[in-house]
Amino acid sequence: MIVHHIWSVPRISRRAWKVWHRNLVVFFRTWKVNFFPPLIEAFLYLFAIGMGIGTYVKEIDGIPYVNFIAPAILAISVMNSAFFECTYGSYVRMYYQKSFDAMIATPLSIEDVIAGELLWGATRSVLYVIIMLPVLALFGVISFPTSLLAIPLAFLGGLMFSGIAMCFTAITPGIDTLNYPSFLLITPMALFSGTFFPLTLLPILFQYFALALLPLTHLVAIMRMLTLPALTGVLVLHLAWIIIVTAIFCIVAINLMRKRLIV
Amino acid sequence: MSNHWITGGIPIPDIIEAQDLKKKFGDLIAVDGISFTVKKGEVFGFLGPNGAGKTSTMKIIACVSPRTSGTVQVFGRDPDIYPAEIKQRLGIVPQETNLDPDFTCYGNLFTYARYFDIPPDIAHRKAEELLEFVQLTEKRDVPVEKLSGGMKRRLILARALVNNPDLLILDEPTIGLDPQARHLIWERLKLLQAQGNTIVLTTHYLDEAARLCDRLVIMDNGKILVEGSPAGLVKEYGGNEIVEVEKSEEVLSCLLQKNIPFEVIGESVQVATGSSRDVARILFDTCSPNKILTRPATLEDVFLKLTGRKLRE
Repeated sequence: MIVHHIWSVPRISRRAWKVWHRNLVVFFRTWKVNFFPPLIEAFLYLFAIGMGIGTYVKEIDGIPYVNFIAPAILAISVMNSAFFECTYGSYVRMYYQKSFDAMIATPLSIEDVIAGELLWGATRSVLYVIIMLPVLALFGVISFPTSLLAIPLAFLGGLMFSGIAMCFTAITPGIDTLNYPSFLLITPMALFSGTFFPLTLLPILFQYFALALLPLTHLVAIMRMLTLPALTGVLVLHLAWIIIVTAIFCIVAINLMRKRLIV
Repeated sequence: MSNHWITGGIPIPDIIEAQDLKKKFGDLIAVDGISFTVKKGEVFGFLGPNGAGKTSTMKIIACVSPRTSGTVQVFGRDPDIYPAEIKQRLGIVPQETNLDPDFTCYGNLFTYARYFDIPPDIAHRKAEELLEFVQLTEKRDVPVEKLSGGMKRRLILARALVNNPDLLILDEPTIGLDPQARHLIWERLKLLQAQGNTIVLTTHYLDEAARLCDRLVIMDNGKILVEGSPAGLVKEYGGNEIVEVEKSEEVLSCLLQKNIPFEVIGESVQVATGSSRDVARILFDTCSPNKILTRPATLEDVFLKLTGRKLRE
């Protein structure tokens, strides 16, 4: 008897990429619908917040305001695309389409399927960043070549938010209850993680809280170091935080999903 | 282990061998210590009312639900230890339609073939060939959402065949289909059997079981009640023929008097017998019956006799 524990490292095979590939094919077949949102999102943020608020707030810590929020736009997009893909997207495939049931009737294991979904969520983040980078470059609010590192960073950040999202998907009783994490976690995080104003403006206790527990804080911090650029040694700490949290949530997500689907 | 031996002395293990197989969901015992074997090339059926444990048994064999206790070997291997190796050789038709709505008919077959590591060119050829096999070539590029129920079941059957499975597992293959679609599926299954495929199926339709199965078991409450060939079971448990008479006081007292065993079902009285003529004659001569109908016994009679007439949830 093989015992499956919530913390045990799941066995994943290369077949996980088949699931990833299936989602990729579907994404590119409807590419017009999928490529539009990130493009629009970049424009909207830049105009509304950058040009709008930016008219009054000229600069933050000596950085032009639009340049200050540009990395936040990227980081929020990484978070949203991965999180919504692995909550609503995965839930629909799991529950309504029964796609996971169909897949595990083949040599794919449930671990492979969920790993494939997580990899896909991360890939979606990467694609969104790739679409947004030229827009931001066009406005001259990010610097190259360091900003190109936003692409691999999007994969790591995307994987982290995919893992977190998949944990919610694994325990949610229905699709409606997925609204809770999106309103109570994702929306506040998009506002209070050093995105549109520096974290240092908040009470010190909240700053500690954000650094300890809000994943987006670390992603925004690294992203900003890359796009300004303003690289410091702290980057390593942020990166370490993200890697550890990503590993934990991805492992737990796969085990929780196994628990939900294999009875 | 019961092996078939062929010349040269290479043993061919049974396709499935289960011993004292149990499956519990919390306090509920879905499968309660069943043992059975499925041999190469046969069509083996699991019959039983809802909740009898058929689907749970299928899921254990299909390596998607671990057993609670007992042993089971599929192709001589343990599903808990070698799921990928076993599943590589299985074709599954699930009870629930779970085609991929993001793809066309062709896309469903091609994508599914890729999950089995079938190279793209072979997957392509196989998909085209199977669309032909289930008569869906005309619907090749139609999204699966647009298919009728019968077409979806046919496509699922085609999907189960993409990897040339050595064992086909069908859970209620013709559920909710019209007679035309059912006959097409039966015909295809017969063809597959003729090609040497081993098939395990569950069904509620007893005519389907009688028509397709070489051997079958009838399950209830997680246990196997009987095992045998459809004809053998009918002979053993159903008698050869059934005489149905409209219920009346006269008929009942008359049958009791003559010591003929019978069963009352709603407004009719059924007598299972080896000779319907004799029973009918006795009834006509002495019981003044209203209506009499004689017919051969079927698997349905056996099924209802063994599992009772109470409705199941």
